[in-house]
Amino acid sequence: MTVHSFQAHFDDLIDREVTIEPKDWMPDDYRKTLIRQISQHAHSEIVGMLPEGNWITRAPTLRRKAVLLAKVQDEAGHGLYLYSAAETLGVSRDELYDQLHSGKAKYSSIFNYPTLTWADMGAIGWLVDGAAIMNQVPLCRTSYGPYARAMVRVCKEESFHQRQGFEIMLTLSKGTEIQKKMAQDSFNRWWWPSLMMFGPPDAESPHTAQSVRWRIKRLTNDELRQKFVDVTVEQAKVLDLEMPDKEIKWNEERGHYDSGPINWDEFWNVVKGNGPCNKQRLETRKRAWEEGQWVRDAATAHAEKWKARKAKGAVAA
Amino acid sequence: MEEQKINKNEWPLWEVFIRSKAGLDHKHAGSLHAADAQMAMENARDVYTRRMEGVSIWVVESKYIHASDPAEAESLYDPANDKIYRHPTFYNLPDEVKYM
Repeated sequence: MTVHSFQAHFDDLIDREVTIEPKDWMPDDYRKTLIRQISQHAHSEIVGMLPEGNWITRAPTLRRKAVLLAKVQDEAGHGLYLYSAAETLGVSRDELYDQLHSGKAKYSSIFNYPTLTWADMGAIGWLVDGAAIMNQVPLCRTSYGPYARAMVRVCKEESFHQRQGFEIMLTLSKGTEIQKKMAQDSFNRWWWPSLMMFGPPDAESPHTAQSVRWRIKRLTNDELRQKFVDVTVEQAKVLDLEMPDKEIKWNEERGHYDSGPINWDEFWNVVKGNGPCNKQRLETRKRAWEEGQWVRDAATAHAEKWKARKAKGAVAA
Repeated sequence: MEEQKINKNEWPLWEVFIRSKAGLDHKHAGSLHAADAQMAMENARDVYTRRMEGVSIWVVESKYIHASDPAEAESLYDPANDKIYRHPTFYNLPDEVKYM
């Protein structure tokens, strides 16, 4: 087959909604786009553990602590599923880590905001995980097989994350006046960054059209954001909290809620590294990696020692 | 320097297969890195069976897996298409014949 016919065959598979697998021929740009998107996603899971790890020792009850630990452990797992999916495209785990640690690769900007109160554990679960799920559910049908399968697993596990967050918000909202204020304050701080999680508006998103064509993305940034606004407004009513956006209004004609303008300057500023916690997050992550080096080395040495002993027949296989 | 840092000590990649319950086949669940088989097994338990997904785990170092080439799919699988007499529905039997 010529390159042209490889391309035609690939396009045909995409059009017929056939899943692309690691050994299939694929255009270089498709591979690059996937590596970028999947690894960004993996990095987000890994860095996403940091703002929550901050609260594990200060969780208000043993139940909350066990739940938060389980959630953070899930996130480590999600990072691993996704790194594995990226590795099937021919990039190594160490390369991916290096891209994160050198600042070359991005992760979701939401994790560059600080977690100031316990209510933030609620708002993150409810809003940040809620937005993530909105994004991830369509990705279960993305065109690249290993990515789609990783997303199925992630989505199955993620739903408890959002529910436990909502439960925290509900408990606070029904609590004392101060607790309710804390929930509202947290909602106010996380609402806008959560909307930004869906990425820039379609008109300014350079990759969207191609990604939709390749079925890497199934819905555009704005479509997903609208869905998120629509469901969240209703959930906020149950929580008896006020929408931080005063311009939220039901639009009968569109069948959707209209919302106020998003501060995209803030978004780009955080993406460029100037968010409240960018530096701290990356440093914490790098330190964890570097300080873990001796553990990785020890495990390798241990494995080699056992292999050598086995080869000598000193240990029964 | 950069070259040295990358891949220098990366643990090998393993494929994980999980039997979801007694009586079923092991099915591919995903992959992970580990220094040796024992660690691969422990990591597989932590990464792939946090919610009672399995009763048995196999781990195989990825380099030992040989996969067919999708470009050869036609020559590999097509011959089966013209041998439909391998399927029971190929044979017409009278309606009176039961349980066959």
